[in-house]
Amino acid sequence: MWGFLKRPVVVTANINLHLVALTGMGLLSRLWQLTYPRAVVFDEVYYGQYISFYMKRIFFLDDSGPPFGHMVLALGGYLGGFDGNFLWNRIGAEYSSNVPVWSLRLLPALAGALSVPMAYQIVLELHFSHCAAVGAALLMLIENALITQSRLMLLEAVLIFFNLLAVLSYLKFFNCQKQSPFSLSWWFWLTLTGVACSCAVGVKYMGVFTYMLMLVVAAVHAWHLIGDQTLSNVRVFCHLLARAVALLVIPAVLYLLFFYIHLTVLFRSGPHDQIMSSAFQASLEGGLARITQGQPLEVAFGSQVTLRSVFGKPVPCWLHSHQNTYPMIYENGRGSSHQQQVTCYPFKDVNNWWIVKDPRRHQLVVSSPPRPVRHGDMVQLVHGMTARSLNTHDVAAPMSPHSQEVSCYIDYNISMPAQNLWRLEIVNRRSDTEVWKTILSEVRFVHVNTSAVLKLSGAHLPDWGFRQLEIVGEKLSRGYHDSTVWNVEEHRYGTSQEQREREWELNSPVQVDASRNLSFMARFSELQWRMLVLRSDDSEHKYSSSPLEWVTLDTNIAYWLHPRTSAQIHLLGNIVIWVSGSLALAIYMLLFLWYLLRRRRNVHDLPQDAWLCWVLAGSLCGGGWAVNYLPFFLMEKTLFLYHYLPALTFQILLLPVVLQHISDHLCRRFRRGPDEAPQEPRGRSRG
Amino acid sequence: MLCASGRLLAAQAATTLPAPPRASGPALHCRRRELHFPGYPELPSCDPLAGRLVRQSVPPGQRAIRRRGKMPPATGGGLAESELRPRRGRCGPQASRAAGRDVAARAAARNPKGLAWGSRRFETASRWALLALVTLLSFATRFHRLDEPPHICWDETHFGKMGSYYINRTFFFDVHPPLGKMLIGLAGYLSGYDGTFLFQKPGDKYEHHSYMGMRGLCAFLGSWLVPFAYLTVLDLSKSLSAALLTAALLTFDTGCLTLSQYILLDPILMFFIMAAMLSMVKYNSCVDRPFSALWWFWLSLTGVSLAGALGVKFVGLFIILQVGLNTIADLWYLFGDLSLSLVTVGKHVTARVLCLIVLPLALYTATFAVHFMVLSKSGPGDGFFSSAFQARLSGNNLHNASIPEHLAYGSEITVKNLQMAIGYLHSHRHLYPEGIGARQQQVTTYLHKDYNNLWIIKKHNTNSDPLDPSFPVEFVRHGDIIRLEHKETSRNLHSHYHEAPLTRKHYQVTGYGINGTGDSNDFWRIEVVNRKFGNRIKVLRSRIRLIHLVTGCVLGSSGKVLPRWGWEQLEVTCTPYLKETLNSLWNVEDHINPKLPNISLNVLQPSFPEILLESHMVMIWGNNGLKPKDNEFTSKPWHWPINYQGLRFSGVNDTDFRVYLLGNPVVWWLNLLSIVLYLLSGSIIAVAMQRGTRVPAEVAGLSQVLLRGGGQVLLGWMLHYFPFFLMGRVLYFHHYFPAMLFSSMLTGFSPLLCSRHSVGHPPAALCLGLGLLAPGQGHTHGGNPEPPPGHRLQLLPLPPSGLRDGWSPGPGPPKSYGRTKVARLMGILRPLRRFQPGSRNFPEEPAGTQYWTLPAVRKLPKEPEEFCCPPGPSCGSAPGTEASIGESRSSVHSTTEDSNLQAAPWCAAQRRMGARGWTWVRVYVRAHCPYPFGTQTV
Repeated sequence: MWGFLKRPVVVTANINLHLVALTGMGLLSRLWQLTYPRAVVFDEVYYGQYISFYMKRIFFLDDSGPPFGHMVLALGGYLGGFDGNFLWNRIGAEYSSNVPVWSLRLLPALAGALSVPMAYQIVLELHFSHCAAVGAALLMLIENALITQSRLMLLEAVLIFFNLLAVLSYLKFFNCQKQSPFSLSWWFWLTLTGVACSCAVGVKYMGVFTYMLMLVVAAVHAWHLIGDQTLSNVRVFCHLLARAVALLVIPAVLYLLFFYIHLTVLFRSGPHDQIMSSAFQASLEGGLARITQGQPLEVAFGSQVTLRSVFGKPVPCWLHSHQNTYPMIYENGRGSSHQQQVTCYPFKDVNNWWIVKDPRRHQLVVSSPPRPVRHGDMVQLVHGMTARSLNTHDVAAPMSPHSQEVSCYIDYNISMPAQNLWRLEIVNRRSDTEVWKTILSEVRFVHVNTSAVLKLSGAHLPDWGFRQLEIVGEKLSRGYHDSTVWNVEEHRYGTSQEQREREWELNSPVQVDASRNLSFMARFSELQWRMLVLRSDDSEHKYSSSPLEWVTLDTNIAYWLHPRTSAQIHLLGNIVIWVSGSLALAIYMLLFLWYLLRRRRNVHDLPQDAWLCWVLAGSLCGGGWAVNYLPFFLMEKTLFLYHYLPALTFQILLLPVVLQHISDHLCRRFRRGPDEAPQEPRGRSRG
Repeated sequence: MLCASGRLLAAQAATTLPAPPRASGPALHCRRRELHFPGYPELPSCDPLAGRLVRQSVPPGQRAIRRRGKMPPATGGGLAESELRPRRGRCGPQASRAAGRDVAARAAARNPKGLAWGSRRFETASRWALLALVTLLSFATRFHRLDEPPHICWDETHFGKMGSYYINRTFFFDVHPPLGKMLIGLAGYLSGYDGTFLFQKPGDKYEHHSYMGMRGLCAFLGSWLVPFAYLTVLDLSKSLSAALLTAALLTFDTGCLTLSQYILLDPILMFFIMAAMLSMVKYNSCVDRPFSALWWFWLSLTGVSLAGALGVKFVGLFIILQVGLNTIADLWYLFGDLSLSLVTVGKHVTARVLCLIVLPLALYTATFAVHFMVLSKSGPGDGFFSSAFQARLSGNNLHNASIPEHLAYGSEITVKNLQMAIGYLHSHRHLYPEGIGARQQQVTTYLHKDYNNLWIIKKHNTNSDPLDPSFPVEFVRHGDIIRLEHKETSRNLHSHYHEAPLTRKHYQVTGYGINGTGDSNDFWRIEVVNRKFGNRIKVLRSRIRLIHLVTGCVLGSSGKVLPRWGWEQLEVTCTPYLKETLNSLWNVEDHINPKLPNISLNVLQPSFPEILLESHMVMIWGNNGLKPKDNEFTSKPWHWPINYQGLRFSGVNDTDFRVYLLGNPVVWWLNLLSIVLYLLSGSIIAVAMQRGTRVPAEVAGLSQVLLRGGGQVLLGWMLHYFPFFLMGRVLYFHHYFPAMLFSSMLTGFSPLLCSRHSVGHPPAALCLGLGLLAPGQGHTHGGNPEPPPGHRLQLLPLPPSGLRDGWSPGPGPPKSYGRTKVARLMGILRPLRRFQPGSRNFPEEPAGTQYWTLPAVRKLPKEPEEFCCPPGPSCGSAPGTEASIGESRSSVHSTTEDSNLQAAPWCAAQRRMGARGWTWVRVYVRAHCPYPFGTQTV
């Protein structure tokens, strides 16, 4: 037990000074005077807003990427004690004293700094020399575009960090595979690969491509594993299962976790609420929830409701009517019914209230007990303030003449009877007798006489319609479309018999009570969907560029300008590195093709293991460059130089690899002379 | 159904066993078998008697081997190739003749009385008769009631109209290349249509106009789809039932039928796609005789069809991609074949470059040449093209016009934007409305020719009239600072720091000043982008930019339509982003200057490559411009394969003749199912092969057909379907039809899954796959001639179809049909242990030899030396057949060791089976000896 007293206690530590020195230099270059421009630099203005939202727990929606990246930045703010009180309104604005600039910029800078030793390790794990590895790390260290990008509150450095981490941990895992499968470190690196991939995807959607690359490489290796007949079936199955769990299940779970944290942290309503559905908004604190809390769930005959279009394009709006009528004759000479206008109005208004009326009865109040409206019931919709009912008839709509006009019926005593019966269809019903529910039910109104469907056409009415949105009856409704679907947002049981009382009631706010919540998966899927389909239309920027300009470094971005001294920050690449990186890539491709063709003719220039190394290095580094660069040619969004940086890091990794290969194999062979070139493989092993 | 009937026939054959192959059933059956799986030991099932005869009369069979032996030996090509070559070894009529000879030889051997001739003739005749039947059915369905409805249906309004344009020779613009419409026009012309029908809108009656010629052409080309698909599948799968199933699916698919009956581009496009596919497959199957006339024929036909497909629609690119991938794979194999010299490989490459790149490109260009030649009159498409382009068209005001060439001060000019469909710089006596920038005169772009497009170019600092004859002519040069004065209103082109009406980040452009007197915001620097010689500005050819001197922005047009106050003309802005986009480049079109000599514009006519390039730019731009509007119900690619929603061709009201394009749900959903089934079985087979599972040779053969043939078709489906997911333009249901052809062909392969190895088991692929996967340690026994039976589940080589003796599981011949059937059903996954090796009927030897023994071949050499092959340069004195093979091997591989190694598997087989004198063993050896699986060492 006391045996250790008898022997000397020796601690042996192997410290790779290369690694330490590189880390140190990385930290130095990235953290030195990190707070220097104490002003908003370029896209900090954009990410800063979101950090503030996180600090204030206000819900927001950003279509540029999943929330993990924003959360990383916000973590910096949280650690620095940022209270979120800063108006991120323009580039160049001085930070006020409550903004912890250093800690906000810390995490991206750390990510950028750690990329340097990781580059070293990756090249080592690819079985290239220390010299090449140090070279790769130094190139990463001195690339000024990378330095610039990682010293600011931006996400590229974080993305690059996770990309490299995924590659590195996969390589570590792959090297473990040969020696000790299913060991602890094997599991660790395998899991880390999955985690890093999912983090990369979580930072920016671009990470998906690196993830795909890792999946493809892992699949190819797994395919070789299947072909390895020294392994038993069970063992192969275990290998495949482990990979599937680590590379498919874990990333998916983590991705959901990001959103879970995002939605848990952001529970207050905010400026982006309008984009989301009523149900989603109701799940946030404040905002719509304040209004909708405690309103009765089931819509009954006599209910007073506001109807919101689910489509929400071009703007979210509510079914609306007002005293004004359609003009007798439109500008183009067509006639109208001259009845009361029905529009869609993007603001809350007392004129958005409608009363659900039973066609067989006269009263507009809820009986007791309330009789709920069910799928398939016939209803009339009576406009609350004018007490006229929603009507459509065979008159061309003002802006979309192929559809029917929708109006509130005014009895002019001419031979034009009211056609104001609508059949209720609940779109997301589970059974055919389902009750119409507030917020949750998505309903369509089908006109009984003409079977037209109440629809938001998306067109703006001219001045006579106050530029509100047009509502039409769609005669030939081909299948389901969001523009024909509505939901009840605000709802209360009507109690006032008299019109005057009712107006007063409509003008009063609704009562407040407990809240209803959506499940996490429902919220996640809605949020994810909106993020993917949301398009910001502003597509021009002074410094935007096309992918072709990146390779040749024909473009730059001015990040910041000192208001007085004209000191500036520009994002500009190191031309030597960029050109030599591109050259290395080209040389790699040519050499690879050359070797491949020669191998096909059974001439083996490289020994088998060197060839495998060469292929793996190319497929990871060259492939990494390709998957991070080529997809931009297909994208239609505004692109900037910094989008190229992830691809550039892979190019930088490839450069020393190619150089070492040339010096090891080509130059040596050249020195020996072509006749002495290694000939043994020729003709011996074939296929 | 076809499957079943085949089995029925076979059953019939079995019952009437001893009879010579006279009836249709047996003959067909035998031939088909032989075609598919040469190694399949089933000949005796057709005629065991004859089989025994074969054993005694070897020579005919041997001849067959020798002929095959000349094919490129599969030394370097790897596993897939070595398996594939023998099966590819026929092509077209010659191939069938070869097959016929083969069959004839065997038949002769079987029946010395000379039945061979009749059998062979019958072979050929039935083959042609089937093809004729398929073609006839296809034509009959497509031409049935072709004239109805006698009014315009759907896109006939476009393509019919364009056909008329060709007849009238007026120029038009369309987003598709011209070949399809040219063919339509030609058909109309030949059938007596005079091009006078207006094709205004769907539903218009044709009345006396002759439209049947145009519809007839489309129906004619559309009818060929079915025979093409039939032949393709026949060639890929070597299975008649597969081909017939495909033909039936396509013949009875309502969607295909409907799409082929109207004046549309799709039947033409699909015709070329299928022709390309067919000829590609045919030339692939000629691989054993490269550079033969037939090979050249199919290869160049592939090229011609590719040009046709691309010439009709850009969707043709997908089939080009497929042929390209196929060619690359093909060349890769050839390149790896060390028996071919580099010169030969070079010849192969050159031939493909010639036929698949040069020839199609030449033809494609030729169609455009014809297009431009035919359409020589100005027409509705002029506005989409540049000024220089329009100068070619007679009737256009630029045609044969003569104007001064170089711009001088005082010239009156019109300025046209280089971006397509933007038009001329324009201004008019209307001001920007209140609240939109400064209330100054509007400047817009306008697509039509008008006096308000005229501008006078003046020096920035003097207001003297440059047309005064006392001043010398002064040319405008690159970099000059100028002023542009609007001729009608005498206001200067002006810009300032106000935001533009629609594009908020740009500056507003207005007309300013009185009688030409304005301020310094009227000064623009004129720059020529493409200057090569001199600094002067040439009419039509110079691309100029106008840079605002004060703000440094560039005059451009955003292409956005102004609201009604701007007369719905396009917005002109001054953009601060100095990007080289076409939107900010202009050229001078009209040019009036009395002091300069007019020259004829003919010298400025663009060259053919230029107009070719330009028309492609315009087409691509037009294609991208077909964006769906918000609120529009558009068809999504995922709708298509499930037949979610059709397309209305004709008939708005209830009374009309209604046409609706919708696939036959039976066909389409069957296609879906077969894709899933195929992917499942394909991946299982691939995994099993990768695991080195030993499979019976017949399964291996089947797997090869499935993976290679089915894989090609599946690739076609994917290439013609998935790219649509990436497209931003408006999509329609009919875009799926090329993919649908491929998916129907894939469905054709499904009988292969059900016909042979798991008769009567619906999830055949699964069974097949499970059977493949089950034996785990196959590799460990690879070299062992007698694997211990019973350790593993094994897919039994079941009777292929029908009932016969010799294959019942268990000793002794079957007692009754019923028992055999049960045994067949049970036998799928039964452990091998139950069947004792050595029992008369149990085929344990093929289990030992025909397995997929790739990885284990290395271990083999010893055994043959001991038992079968005496040490020496060849297998020597083994039965005659083998000797010849051994020699052919050793001629390829110089070392004797090699030859032993290569010859090993079949030698082992011979050793273990030859002694017993099993007839089917003979067949196996005959077919497989030249190409044992283990031709490579890993």
